[in-house]
Amino acid sequence: MAAIPMNSVRAEPALPTPPAAKPRSRSVAPLTGVLTLVVLVLVPVCALVVPAGHPLHLSDYALTLIGKILCYGVAALALGLVWGYSGILSLGHALFFALGGYAFGMYLMRESAGDGLPAFMTFLSRTELPWFWWGFDNFAWAVLMAALVPGAVALVFGYFAFRSRVKGVYLSIITQALTFAAMLLFFRNETGFGGNNGFTGFTTILGFPIAASATRVALMLSSFLLLVGAFLACRFIVNSRYGQVLTAIRDAETRTMFVGYRPLGYKLFAWVFSAMLCGLAGALYVPQVGIINPGEMAPVNSIEMAIWVAIGGRGTLIGPIIGAVGVNGAKTLFTAWFAEYWLFFLGAIFVLGPLLLPHGIVGLFKRRRA
Amino acid sequence: MSSPNLQDDTGLAHFKRPGEIDITHGQILYLEDVQVSFDGFRALRGLSLMVADKELRCIIGPNGAGKTTMMDVITGKTRPDTGTVFLGQTLDLTKMDEPAIAQAGIGRKFQKPTVFESHTVWQNLDLARATDKRWFRSLLARTDAEAVLAIERTLERTALSDVAYRPAGELSHGQKQRLEIGMLLMQEPRLLLLDEPAAGISDDETMQLAALLNSLRGTCSMMVVEHDMAFVAELAGDKGTVTVLAEGSVLAEGTLAEVQADERVIESYLGR
Repeated sequence: MAAIPMNSVRAEPALPTPPAAKPRSRSVAPLTGVLTLVVLVLVPVCALVVPAGHPLHLSDYALTLIGKILCYGVAALALGLVWGYSGILSLGHALFFALGGYAFGMYLMRESAGDGLPAFMTFLSRTELPWFWWGFDNFAWAVLMAALVPGAVALVFGYFAFRSRVKGVYLSIITQALTFAAMLLFFRNETGFGGNNGFTGFTTILGFPIAASATRVALMLSSFLLLVGAFLACRFIVNSRYGQVLTAIRDAETRTMFVGYRPLGYKLFAWVFSAMLCGLAGALYVPQVGIINPGEMAPVNSIEMAIWVAIGGRGTLIGPIIGAVGVNGAKTLFTAWFAEYWLFFLGAIFVLGPLLLPHGIVGLFKRRRA
Repeated sequence: MSSPNLQDDTGLAHFKRPGEIDITHGQILYLEDVQVSFDGFRALRGLSLMVADKELRCIIGPNGAGKTTMMDVITGKTRPDTGTVFLGQTLDLTKMDEPAIAQAGIGRKFQKPTVFESHTVWQNLDLARATDKRWFRSLLARTDAEAVLAIERTLERTALSDVAYRPAGELSHGQKQRLEIGMLLMQEPRLLLLDEPAAGISDDETMQLAALLNSLRGTCSMMVVEHDMAFVAELAGDKGTVTVLAEGSVLAEGTLAEVQADERVIESYLGR
């Protein structure tokens, strides 16, 4: 800020620009509605009606891949909400994703074990289910837990972190430590979640064979609907007065307090909501990839999520989704065609992306304010 | 109003009523024997001060006199080591945090203007508006017609109508100063604390600011910390009380002419 001498008579330069028009937020409802309808009709037709071999046929492999990437998109959106709008860079969101995955994995394990114990427990010569496995034979309970368990972990962690006004890089490091600690905990056989093997060997979901094409279609469409729903929910949040306060806290926390807002509740809500979204994404991810193990909690997974958001465009909602789809799409193509160069390419994206696109891919399309 | 119960007895023969500042004795702010020290440095040494309801009080003093620390104590940013700080007869500010004090009716302008830079001027005023500020209420909150009117009035008053929809980060220094004051007005404060509002703005703008503050006279109490004596003279006039702080306590109090003639004040300023 240029300091103006106290006794200068320099008048403030008159701003020549006419009063800017009141900005109006465009409605995304029609576009989203049409897109959703198209996907809901085309995907089942292409996967189940169009015969295999036809260029428009969607294979099981493609369905699973798309479904998986959509789940990543939800996770990126969740991270983008807290990082972009409240300035909290979490490097532990893979923990919430994995917790949701584990919760739904518990349901799949019990479903495939029938009335008996899941195989890994018999192997560890356990004779009865640990208490925390109660209820996980019920689909609805598992889905509920996939959201509530990450939400509860986030609530406890966030309450203490935000109350102590831990911010910036310190908060990022603590979240990274949190996911690492959880990973070590889940690696232990005694913890009761299958140790380093995690959960796998799923057979059915709600009685339907998990590998059947129709089930794959349903899972992919569920992932898509979750992404659309999450996007609309996040959009509602950031466009509300709450969202404005959240970004105000991000930019000038002290000012918001002197205006009369308590940052704790504002930060906690976004944080917990984000963790729950991430958990639901993890819950849909597990039946599609067929496995969940503590490797999902590895610190590098959380960092990758942050990269998706940074590449796509922080401070927007569509950016993180574009980033997650773009990076993972590129990963799929590269590992298929030039497997040995993928890591170099990924490294190049991570280094060059933030350098060349400081506002991400979305930043390229944003009109500069005149 | 429900009958006051004993738990809300302040021990001062007054009862605390939610959302109400008790000014039955005519004073809105009391500071008594306030002590604050940071790592051995005594920033405030037994500061005692009273501000009457609707009064405009100017505070002057050399650097390091404890002016900003005093504001920190009043707004809850700093807890005093000892001493009492009350808003009206009943609200003990040493037991409240910053948001609670802000909601009780104290607005504070910082030395360096702090506004929400990525929000538009309009949004800045809307965010500051006195309303239910709990997070779960803000999710469904709407800006009603009455609020729109209040915002438009404030825009006019602070001469910011032309830039209402521009991000606050694009404003000039003087415009930011006015926006911050506008935000304080939207809070509908009972007591305004202004920390060097004239710092870094031109003489013309300083006089405009003095006119703006003069126009607020009678709507709320104001406490202005300032170095610019022309600005202080404009605000205090012939009869207004000016308080001189030095080394963490009140050195002199009286009209501007009185304190300017005071030997001790001259000494503390000139360091004889």
